[in-house]
Amino acid sequence: MSDAILTVEHLTMRFGGVMAVSDLSFQARRGAITAIIGPNGAGKTTVFNCITGFYRPTEGMVRLRLRSGETFLLERLPDHEIARTARVARTFQSVRLFAGMTALENLMVAQHNALMRASLWTVGGVLGLPGFRAARAAAVERARYWLEQAGLIGRADDPAGDLPYGAQRRLEIARAMCAEPQLLCLDEPAAGLNPRESAELTALLDRIRAQHAVSILLIEHDMSVVMEISDAIVVLDYGEKIADGTPAQVRDDSRVIAAYLGVADEEVEAVEHALQAGTAP
Amino acid sequence: MSASADAVARPATRSRLGHALRDALLMALVALALFGPLLGLKTVPVTAGLVLESRWHLVAAAAAIVFAGRFLLRYLVWRTDRPSGKAARPAAGVARGWLGKTLAPALLLTALAWPVLPTTDRYLLDIGILMLTYMMLAWGLNVVVGLAGLLDLGYVAFYAVGAYSYALLAQHFGWSFWICLPLAGILTAFAGILLGFPVLRLRGDYLAIVTLAFGEIIRLILLNWYEFTGGPNGISGIPRPSFFGLPFTGGEGGFAAAFGLEHSPLHRIVFLYYVVLGLALATLAFTVRLRRLPVGMAWEALREDEIACRSLGINTRNTKLTAFAIGAMFGGFAGSFFATRQGFISPESFVFMESALILAIVVLGGLGSQIGIAVAALVMIGGIELLRNLAWLKAVFGPDFDPSLYRMLLFGLAMVTIMVWKPRGLVSTRMPSIQLAQRKGIGADLVGQGRG
Amino acid sequence: MEYFLQQLVNGVTLGSIYGLIAIGYTMVYGILGMINFAHGDVYMVGAFIALIAFLGLLALGLTALPLILLLVLFATMVLTSVWGWTVERLAYRPLRGSFRLAPLITAIGVSIVLQNFVQLSQEARVKALPPQIHGGLALLGQTRISFTQILVILATVALLAGFTYLIARTPLGRAQRACSQDMRMAALLGVDVDRTIALTFVMGAALAAVAGLMHLLLYGVIDHFIGFVAGVKAFTAAVLGGIGSLPGAMLGGLLIGLIETFWAGYFSAEYKDVAAFSVLIIVLIFMPSGLLGRQEIEKV
Repeated sequence: MSDAILTVEHLTMRFGGVMAVSDLSFQARRGAITAIIGPNGAGKTTVFNCITGFYRPTEGMVRLRLRSGETFLLERLPDHEIARTARVARTFQSVRLFAGMTALENLMVAQHNALMRASLWTVGGVLGLPGFRAARAAAVERARYWLEQAGLIGRADDPAGDLPYGAQRRLEIARAMCAEPQLLCLDEPAAGLNPRESAELTALLDRIRAQHAVSILLIEHDMSVVMEISDAIVVLDYGEKIADGTPAQVRDDSRVIAAYLGVADEEVEAVEHALQAGTAP
Repeated sequence: MSASADAVARPATRSRLGHALRDALLMALVALALFGPLLGLKTVPVTAGLVLESRWHLVAAAAAIVFAGRFLLRYLVWRTDRPSGKAARPAAGVARGWLGKTLAPALLLTALAWPVLPTTDRYLLDIGILMLTYMMLAWGLNVVVGLAGLLDLGYVAFYAVGAYSYALLAQHFGWSFWICLPLAGILTAFAGILLGFPVLRLRGDYLAIVTLAFGEIIRLILLNWYEFTGGPNGISGIPRPSFFGLPFTGGEGGFAAAFGLEHSPLHRIVFLYYVVLGLALATLAFTVRLRRLPVGMAWEALREDEIACRSLGINTRNTKLTAFAIGAMFGGFAGSFFATRQGFISPESFVFMESALILAIVVLGGLGSQIGIAVAALVMIGGIELLRNLAWLKAVFGPDFDPSLYRMLLFGLAMVTIMVWKPRGLVSTRMPSIQLAQRKGIGADLVGQGRG
Repeated sequence: MEYFLQQLVNGVTLGSIYGLIAIGYTMVYGILGMINFAHGDVYMVGAFIALIAFLGLLALGLTALPLILLLVLFATMVLTSVWGWTVERLAYRPLRGSFRLAPLITAIGVSIVLQNFVQLSQEARVKALPPQIHGGLALLGQTRISFTQILVILATVALLAGFTYLIARTPLGRAQRACSQDMRMAALLGVDVDRTIALTFVMGAALAAVAGLMHLLLYGVIDHFIGFVAGVKAFTAAVLGGIGSLPGAMLGGLLIGLIETFWAGYFSAEYKDVAAFSVLIIVLIFMPSGLLGRQEIEKV
């Protein structure tokens, strides 16, 4: 039984009369890249928001197990606690950078909690104690490292709002990594990127997974990115899981194909048949 | 110009003239409607009640001025139809580096030397103290509004809590200024946290009205809780400051005697001036430092995007409460100083207009800039004082004219004009609090305004 | 019981005035997202114009009260609307779309200008109008409702009905709702945004004018400072009812009027404002978007 960093069990999210996510269960393996895919409106971002504490799930359990063995029940924790203690970081579908602050400042804010401790909750900082100065220098070094990884070192002092779109997406990932997470949740990181930028993104994610032993959970529409980089894929449709497995398994799953092609339930069998027979559905 | 160009230009000019005339006439009619009732008909008390006294000449004059002014603007200044809607791109702010390098040291030197300058008399010294007090208040409010992006319309409440705390502590316990001041500051900081708790979930203008309501509640309590605060009479007999134990009196054991000087009431004022200068500089230094520390960066990040902050593990509730507490503390210090300087405080000094004035200084300063706020305080407070000295206008309008009545009217007009001219304030670039290679200013259009 | 009923009548009447002013705040906020700080002073200007209109008509020799009231109402609404239009045109339109705090400061400046202009042109004294409408109805024992109060309540109901219809059914109302949802899109679809906003200010000013006239009829005394106090309370009412909601503004106004009257009647008159503000704070702690306001859910 492989080690799961994230276990989602019977997750349900209801908004008034609308069932956005219904009885979803899956696991994300530690050190792997797990993708959540599905047509628009399938509930993917809702799942993210439930995992990262921005929504409180109607039912279900989200368990996170750190490398140390410590376990957290994420459905009970407030969003900033999940980030701080459960070491979960995320990016957003519409990039949420601190536009009026420089790239470097963005990455420094991500290390807020560590720096606050080092500054003895500001008291040490005000007094100019050396402990804080050392911590700050270390934080700048970490920021510098991630700026280099994201290819943004030349724009460290530029306002984040001025960066081109692809660069903003990479900056958001770099910022998330500066928070030293063990689980990184990325919401459509490749949206709006051209093929070259997508390739750079894929390389970055690979490096993150390999060199920093960070598990990645990602929502994505770009199938080339998903197929290339994921170790496991969970497919949602209308808030329900319809497939769960390796990329190869999911690619040939008839229900997945039906969901993306928009085939009605009754016609799924016909599609299966056609696929097996090798003819067009 | 060729003949054909002339032929094209002339009809256009004629119609522009016509347009300008029509527009000016319309505006003159509007002026008639505006000024007719209120300016033209004055309610005058007689024994039986009120009667109306007509002053149509004033209305006619007003309409004529509007007509002429609008016509000239339309015809000469505005070449095309004035586009409405979006404000024109604000003129590039004064280069921040220049301001920091030349203006700031110049202001500091002037401030240090102010009491000993030959032109400075008692009146100017008092104005200097007033300006520094407002500067301190504005730097304190800047933490809440400028850095954290939390719209606080009731800042005067902290000024009041500080003043009353100081007064009551000094009166009941007899402690010295240097003990009561920090205590009053701490008490006011608690008041800040108390205010902060209910407003944590409020966004934007809901926050504004609740802080305004708090400000009014505090003032009303101070006005009505006679037993504790003296009600409308306030608290008097607040101990006057002494020079670290030496009282500012004329006789033996006084300040003058100890330093071999001839006693003058100015000594106390000069001492007060340097005390408030010290306090203001301490406020400035403290807030500049805080901005570079994690707490200050968290404030600015909160202003930019609260949700992103939470996703990075920042407890935004504590961030907001800290902003309120620190901002309140500085307001409390200013209030304490105010109490000891006046020797007497009453709820009249803590009306909403003060909150509005301090906020106006912060907004006029621009983008949470410290030097901008300093300049804005000088301009606004100096402006109000300048408007007191309009006696020269008597020569223009006749001896019956009392210019001091027009002070606030002109001030209001100036406020509107300045904000329309420079909506984001004097300083329109934000300097980052940390840089890797070079320090580059960030334009006003990128900097967030805060939703809180 | 009779005392309670009397306070109820008084509270509803006072609340109607607050409600009419609050509608102006809420309409402007719904479209522009700005607090029109000068709105309370527009109400004050309306009260003064009403006073001058009354005095003028009486001096001209008119005696038929209904005629006088109608003329005063008309004149006040029209002339005060000009003030509302001018303020928007000069002080707010240039700042539209820019920094959020600038219009707020400008509005405060306008408020100062209005207060001081009236103070200067009409002297700083309190101005009184002898009661115009006499008599009333007895309700229960000692409880009385004066004709003035009945007039106030009826006028408020009529205006509220009229404006609700206007917002819901007319092209102007549709344009207003479109602008408050998405101004840029409305403009792209052909809505004259400038005109819609100008008309919104005009309507708000007209309602405030009616409120000013009613204040004059009910209380008989006005001064240049009534705008600030009433303005803060009316804005409180708008927020309490849920800013952006017309029925919310009226509901908030009634609540504030009732709280103020009952608190003054049963506890202490000095702390009546504290009571009203405290209710605001308590409501917003538990219902951050007010009683009838839209829940603004930020998309994550």
